[in-house]
Amino acid sequence: MRSPAVSATGVCRTLAGTPVLDGVDLEVAPGEVVALLGPNGAGKTTLLRVLALLLRPTAGRIALFGLDAADAPPVLRRRIGWVGHESACYPDLTAAENLAFYARLFRLDDPARRVADALAWADLAGTGRRPVRAFSRGMAQRLALARAFLHAPDLLLLDEPFTGLDREGVARLQEKLAALARAGHAVVLATHDVDRVHPVATSTAILHRGRIAWTHEGAAEKTILAAAWTTVVTTGTA
Amino acid sequence: MRDALVILKKDLAIEWRTKESLTSVFVLGVLLTIVLTMAHDAPAASAPGLVPAVLWTSFVFTGLLGVQRAFLLERENDCLAGLLTAPIDAGAIYLGKLAANLVLLTATQLVVVPLTGLFLHVDLLPVLAGLCLALLLGNVGFAALATLFAAVAARTRAREVMLPLLLLPLLVPLLIGAVSLTRDVLAGGLAEAGMAVNVLAAFDVVFGVAGWLLFAYVVRD
Repeated sequence: MRSPAVSATGVCRTLAGTPVLDGVDLEVAPGEVVALLGPNGAGKTTLLRVLALLLRPTAGRIALFGLDAADAPPVLRRRIGWVGHESACYPDLTAAENLAFYARLFRLDDPARRVADALAWADLAGTGRRPVRAFSRGMAQRLALARAFLHAPDLLLLDEPFTGLDREGVARLQEKLAALARAGHAVVLATHDVDRVHPVATSTAILHRGRIAWTHEGAAEKTILAAAWTTVVTTGTA
Repeated sequence: MRDALVILKKDLAIEWRTKESLTSVFVLGVLLTIVLTMAHDAPAASAPGLVPAVLWTSFVFTGLLGVQRAFLLERENDCLAGLLTAPIDAGAIYLGKLAANLVLLTATQLVVVPLTGLFLHVDLLPVLAGLCLALLLGNVGFAALATLFAAVAARTRAREVMLPLLLLPLLVPLLIGAVSLTRDVLAGGLAEAGMAVNVLAAFDVVFGVAGWLLFAYVVRD
């Protein structure tokens, strides 16, 4: 039996003295796409940063692919693709230069082909010598996604991945996520955009005040989700 | 080491394209040299004695500016998080940034050193080899410590103020050694400078290794 891509138990994290995560339990299997919903300040971004090994939990345990993630070993980081609120790309380099830089850090085989494929997927192949600083919000977001997909990670952690994307970009991302899930990659995506995540999510969780307050196997129907959301936000649990 | 070179190459490519750090440290270096020389207004006979102090005061302040900018590069667009998610050792990030700071410092010195010689009436050519050794040892120590503390300061709100406050007290032994070595070199030989060379070399090794080991704890939250 394959180990879960994510196994988080009792994860807590405090930021500037304020508890942001307060005992999160989450398990994500390979091939699963988890939509992580929650009101502002629920801890979605912090949880994704903890799972991406960018923040250390103050308590609890995280195992990725059956390996303890406490020391953020490179072997685990190689298997993670992360997109945060910003692109993590250097504004004075071009899209191709940014991707080539990350391809070298991940020591990818045939980096030129990988970069060309990623640029083609993000529809940025025509940007040439234009620096990222001159990109629109949507272009920067497509580049951020291309950077995360570049090394074909087994676990994708995406924070508001639909932000700034036009209709075509959203469809392309949904298609990509569905294909990755079919190929056995695990995805956790934090979003407010229920409509856009609905076609690809295989399970849904609502994070509230640093805890997973509600989970649902399969993509939750809007009415079920709306009822759960109201109950969670008003009572703290569903 | 390979990852550190990738990071160095990226930093140099950005600097070559924007010339932001290079321009500001060059201008600051030249201005500091002029101001310090004019402030002392030393007679021609005693002017050469000011060279070590003028040089290292300029290098400390231009170095601080350069190091600070090097980490601003990683803060924009949360690029540091991008680096930290890559499967590389945090020590490689440290070495890459250190090397980039070293290149910037050396580039500044290529302008500031001849200018100081000119203003203070010192022919630096006969002592060039010894001077290069003093600069190399001083630069490595400065970059080793400054790169580590720039990463600490980059996480604080008052980062522009924090870096000099954290760094300058710790730089005192390095500055004493560097000024002493430069003075001995200008006085005509390295024979008397054994102690200063040892102090600088020890400083470089201790803070280079400490920075490499501690960087992961500094940048990972």
